[in-house]
Amino acid sequence: MLSDTVIALLAKGAWETIYMTFVSGFFGFVLGLPVGILLFLTRKGQLLENTVYHRTLSILVNIFRAIPFIILIVWMIPFTRILAGTSIGVNAALVPLSIGAAPFIARLVENSLIEVPHGLIETARALGASPFQIIRKVLLPEALPSLINNATITLITLVGYSAMGGAVGAGGLGQVGYQYGYIGYDIVIMNTVLVLLVLLVFIIQFAGDRLSKSFDHR
Amino acid sequence: MIEIRNISKTFHQKKQSFKALDRVSLTIEKGDIVGIIGFSGAGKSTLIRTVNLLERPDEGQIIINGKDFTQLSSKQLAEERKKIGMIFQHFNLLSSRTVFDNIALPLELDHANKDQINRKVNELLKIVGLEDKAHDYPRSLSGGQKQRVAIARALANDPHLLLCDEATSALDPATTQSILQLLRDINQRLGITILLITHEMEVIKAVCNHVAVIDKGKLLAKGTLSEIISDRENPVIRQFINSDNMTLPQELNNRLQKEPQDGLFPLVEIELNENISVEELLSTLYTQYKIPYKLLKADVEYLGNSNFGKLLLQLQGKEDENQQAIYYFNQNKIQNTVKGYA
Repeated sequence: MLSDTVIALLAKGAWETIYMTFVSGFFGFVLGLPVGILLFLTRKGQLLENTVYHRTLSILVNIFRAIPFIILIVWMIPFTRILAGTSIGVNAALVPLSIGAAPFIARLVENSLIEVPHGLIETARALGASPFQIIRKVLLPEALPSLINNATITLITLVGYSAMGGAVGAGGLGQVGYQYGYIGYDIVIMNTVLVLLVLLVFIIQFAGDRLSKSFDHR
Repeated sequence: MIEIRNISKTFHQKKQSFKALDRVSLTIEKGDIVGIIGFSGAGKSTLIRTVNLLERPDEGQIIINGKDFTQLSSKQLAEERKKIGMIFQHFNLLSSRTVFDNIALPLELDHANKDQINRKVNELLKIVGLEDKAHDYPRSLSGGQKQRVAIARALANDPHLLLCDEATSALDPATTQSILQLLRDINQRLGITILLITHEMEVIKAVCNHVAVIDKGKLLAKGTLSEIISDRENPVIRQFINSDNMTLPQELNNRLQKEPQDGLFPLVEIELNENISVEELLSTLYTQYKIPYKLLKADVEYLGNSNFGKLLLQLQGKEDENQQAIYYFNQNKIQNTVKGYA
């Protein structure tokens, strides 16, 4: 039913989508995790309580979360060119994807940390732990199952974002679906792309649930 | 030696402030087990949390082994906290770590190596009697076992002081006793000073040799256990000592009449004091007044040479004989109330 060239096209698209999702997910966490931790620590009643820092960071995060992703891609083109050398292709797409995901991740991380019982932080303080030790030995391990769930949500969001990016030249299944499905109106390719995307989302959700459960000893 | 000097702490909430501690001073000698008792909201939790500065007092000083804790930098304070163990009402174990790793946490924070950690944790597991639970997660432990793990964790850095923040309040009576036994054991074997707060007189009676009573942020009284218990004037202390009401057996309660009748005998509740021992009281009734009696209930506590507690007696003599007995109680300042006739 599908010719070899079409299969090759879909395989390449699927690989690019997976690549964009996971690599930008990784960079999103590299940026978002520290911001999320800081958002949490500067909250009222927490270790490094600081209203000014918390507000500033919070406003910054909200601004970036308010920008629709499709506009963020275009808006960031000059910055993407500096960082990736080009504004077209899979690697260029990583820049807006990571930066689009980071504030989202920061909020999710903040919420995961809020769920950690306050008594545990108190206990760690009573044991003479430094703030850094509290983060590394108490907060992150205790929040891990919740953090994994949030990583799952993030990755699934990024599958959607990367498909959006595909429409403006990022590659991946999104671009295949857009070019051959939307413009070329090839029903078979369009539906195959959809099935592949649904499959990818299911796999991520399943793996995330399993992983989170295996770390959950509550 | 631990000196709490003139500690005050006020909490501010929206347009409202609440004075949790009002110029509290207390000295704790090395090797003592000191209990602070108070109703909920009395400020006892705030007080114990100021000792290791989890709560920073607005005024006053905390001086432990000659160091003023309120003047230390956060780094120095963290070092000092390592020498003060603390256990909590809700145990506060890390759910992500096994029993072994929970106890190892303070050692990890102190950058101990693997061998040191192994040796120390196994030793502590033996002290608290949980060798076979080393690789279980806290989820699968009972409340008493969780508190044992927490105690082992608190002892990991060889502290000189152990703070117990309502450590038995979430446990059933039997488990409470076993945890208190363990605390007493630790105090005697390792010579660790213990400061505990509680709202249960039972806990104080079971382990403490010194007591302080706190109410509405103020320290009302302090002294040895028998000094405090014999202070019958203090209304707060009285409430704690007489907190258990004598309940009548159901069957008797149904037969109880309010007014005296022929053929019915009075039920008298007697509050013992240090003047007359329970043995003397009963033998006086029987040999001197020749009144037969039925002892329905007794809750007697011996402290040194004196005893405290309550008796529920049915006086089975003739009416005038019974009257004489009550006169005898009154003469000796023994509080008594007639509960009814049966």
